[in-house]
Amino acid sequence: MTFFLIASIVKLFVVFNVIMVGVALITWFERRVCAWMQDRLGPNRVGPFGLLQPAADGLKNMLKEETYPATADRWLFILAPVISFVPALLTFAVIPFGAPLPTKWGEVPLVVADLPVGFLYILAISSLGVYGIVLAGWSSNNKYALLGGLRASAQMISYEIAMGMSTVAVLLLMGNVTLSDIVAKQQGSIFLWNVFPLALAYFIFTVAAFAETNRVPFDLPEAEGELVAGYHTEYSSMKFSMFIIAEYSNMVTASALMATLFFGGWDIPFTAWDNAAPWSVLKTVATALAFLAKTGFFIFVYIWVRWTLPRFRYDQLMALGWKVLLPLALVYLTVIATAIWYLHDQLGWIYDTRFALTLFAVNMALAIPLFLVLDRGRLVSGSVERRSA
Amino acid sequence: MAITVKVLRRPVSETSYLRATLKGMALTFSHIFRKKVTMQYPEEKGTDDWALSSRWRGTHRMLTDEQGRAKCVACGLCPQICPANCIKLVPGEDEQGNRYPLIYEIDEFRCVFCGYCQEVCPEEAIHVGVHYENAEYERDRFVYDLERLCAQTHPVSTLWDPSDPKGE
Repeated sequence: MTFFLIASIVKLFVVFNVIMVGVALITWFERRVCAWMQDRLGPNRVGPFGLLQPAADGLKNMLKEETYPATADRWLFILAPVISFVPALLTFAVIPFGAPLPTKWGEVPLVVADLPVGFLYILAISSLGVYGIVLAGWSSNNKYALLGGLRASAQMISYEIAMGMSTVAVLLLMGNVTLSDIVAKQQGSIFLWNVFPLALAYFIFTVAAFAETNRVPFDLPEAEGELVAGYHTEYSSMKFSMFIIAEYSNMVTASALMATLFFGGWDIPFTAWDNAAPWSVLKTVATALAFLAKTGFFIFVYIWVRWTLPRFRYDQLMALGWKVLLPLALVYLTVIATAIWYLHDQLGWIYDTRFALTLFAVNMALAIPLFLVLDRGRLVSGSVERRSA
Repeated sequence: MAITVKVLRRPVSETSYLRATLKGMALTFSHIFRKKVTMQYPEEKGTDDWALSSRWRGTHRMLTDEQGRAKCVACGLCPQICPANCIKLVPGEDEQGNRYPLIYEIDEFRCVFCGYCQEVCPEEAIHVGVHYENAEYERDRFVYDLERLCAQTHPVSTLWDPSDPKGE
C-alpha cells in the first residue's frame, strides 16, 4: 500500500511536469511550425532555437496586470480558468504511456490510475471542460465572450456524441473499456492497431477530437474575426494563459488518446520484444518514447491542420456534426457490429490479423463511396441558397 | 428579415472538401522545407535581393573639409527651404570674413526627410544619409548639433537625379 501510494505520487508528479513542460514546448513548436509553413523562421532568439521562448512568455504573463471587468461575476470569473484547466489534466491520468517499470519493490504500471472504467472516465471528464469555457463566457458579462461560450457549449456537446459513437466501435472490437487492455490487445501486429480494422472510426474520432479541443477548423468559441477573442475576451495575465494551457493540455490528451485507442498506445511496431515480460528499464524507456513519438505526431497534425484550414461557419459546423458525423457514426457502428458478429459468432474467427484485415476491407468498402460520393458538396456546403423574396 | 446570400453553384466534381483539405495540407507541408524569407535583422541588414537604396533619405550628415571643419558657410539656404522648419542656423564670421555656423541644429523629429537641404546646399555640406537606426533613450537626443552631424559616418544619399530617373 505504501509502495502504491509513493509510486502514484511520483507518477503524478512526473506526469504533471511532463505535460506542463510539454505544453510549453508545444506552444513554441506551434509557433515554429506555423512560421515554417509561412516561409518564416519563428521565435528563435530566446535560448537555443528559441526553446526558452515559453519561459519568457510565461514570465511576461505573470507580470501582466490582472483585470476584472466591473460587471463580471467575480468568483466564477476566477473559477472559470481553473475549471477548464483541471479536466484537461485529469483526463491524462488513465492513459497508459509505457511498459510496466520493474523496481526493487515491485512492478509499477506506467499509468497514473489504471481505472477499470478507463475510457468511460475519459468521456465523463473531457465533457467537463466545456463548463470552464461556458462559465468564462458567461461570467465576463460581455456579449462576445457570451457568444463564444455559447458556441463552445453547442459545439462540444454536438461533437461529444459523434466522438462517443466512434469509440463505441473500438469498445465493441476490444470488448473492454480499460485502456491498458485496449493497448494490450493491439500489440500483436501492426495490423491489429485499431486504425486498420476501424479506419473510419478513427476518421470520425479525429474530426470530433479537433472540435472537442476547439482547434481550427472548429475554433468557433474563439473566432477572433467575429468575436474579438471569444470566451476569453475579458481575461488577462495568467488567467488568460490558463485557457491556453488548458487548450494545449487538451490537445496533448486528445493526441495521446488517438495514439492509445487507434495506434497501439505504447506498442513499438514490427517487434514483439516490447510486449511481454520480463520487463526492463530499457523496455520502459523505449515504449515510453514510442508513445511520445505517436503523441507528438498527432500534435503535429493538430498544428498542421490549424495552419492549413480556414474556420467553419457556425451553421456548417452544426451541419457537419449533426447531419454528417452522427449518422455516419451510427451507420458505421451498425456495419461494424454486424461484421464483428458475423466473423466472430458465425464464422468463429478469433481476433487476429486475419480478422483485423477483413474489417479493414469492410472499412475501405465503406470509405470509397463515402469519400467519393458523400464528400462531393455535401460534407461542408456553402451557405444555403436563398432567393430574395 | 433573413439576409439573402447569393450562392454560386459549382459543379459537384469541384466541391470535394476532403480532397481540397488534403491538397492544402500537402501545400503547407511542402512549405516547411522551403527557403525562408526572414532577414535576421540585427545580424543581417540586407540580403542579395534586398538592400537599402542609395537614394534613401535618412538622418543627416554634415561633411567636413581637410581640417575637419564643417563645410557649411552659413548661407542660410537650408533653413530657408526646409518645409518642416527643423533647421536652426546662427551664422558667425571669423577675422578673414569667412562665414561659418555658430549654431547648426537639426531637429530630426520635425524633419520630414525631403532632402531639400541637401539639394539646395551650394557647398555640398549638409546631406541626408543612407541610415535608419536612430534609437535614443531621450527625446532631446534627436536634436542633432553641428558636432554630432559632423561625426556621422554613414554614406550620404545620392537623391533623385532628374537626368537619371531610374538611378542607373
